[in-house]
Amino acid sequence: MAIGESLDFRIPSDVQYIEGVVGEVVARCQALAFSRRHTALNVPVALTEALSNAILRGNGDTVGRSVSVRVEIDDVQLVAEVRDDGDGFDLDACTEDATLPENVIREDGRGLFLMQKLMDRVERFRDGGNVVRLVLMRG
Amino acid sequence: MSFSVSKMGDVTVVEVEGQLIVGNRQDLKQKVLDEVEMGAKKVLIDFARTGYIDSSGLGVLVSLAKRIRDAGGELRLANLHDELQTLFELTKLDTLFQISKTREHALESF
Repeated sequence: MAIGESLDFRIPSDVQYIEGVVGEVVARCQALAFSRRHTALNVPVALTEALSNAILRGNGDTVGRSVSVRVEIDDVQLVAEVRDDGDGFDLDACTEDATLPENVIREDGRGLFLMQKLMDRVERFRDGGNVVRLVLMRG
Repeated sequence: MSFSVSKMGDVTVVEVEGQLIVGNRQDLKQKVLDEVEMGAKKVLIDFARTGYIDSSGLGVLVSLAKRIRDAGGELRLANLHDELQTLFELTKLDTLFQISKTREHALESF
């Protein structure tokens, strides 16, 4: 049975707090011998996207709201849940293929695409708020 | 993130240190646009000391490429580590930018 670790954060709804949370999660992943690719690309980029989406879209960039993050890491996987106060969104309908020629030249629209590309599974559901769950298998 | 700006001949070199993400992307954008406003035509962004880039950071690079091209110049990139190279390939932005393995190669390519 794998021994798990968990990290919990609650941050103001402000993008300036994102890097600190991501840095702590990446540091734990490094300590637990995640691969270089996971700690330099998959985890930091996907988690940054989930947090910025929660702050800017879920919470509507509203001062006074907050975002909570719970990360569980074990020998098998990393599971990160990012919770905001928004109404949620249709993950599949909102994810655009960033590699289409008409999208490559766009300045926006890559966030959900990157989350899906960099994680093994991305889910969105409601549980005391709008939750985006990121799952990354270690193997 | 912090960044430094230097001149190598007629090329403006911007070195990005740390993460280029949603919380700081506008700082880089404004600094580069200031250089373009002052006449810079050839702009090279060197990522040798960069950690990770999120979708907002990628968006700023696309925006800067357009603005610089509209001003009659060109933006090129150099020194992407393996994970950044993968990020550009995943998004096909490696097809939009001219990317050099080293700063020297990029400077020679202008």
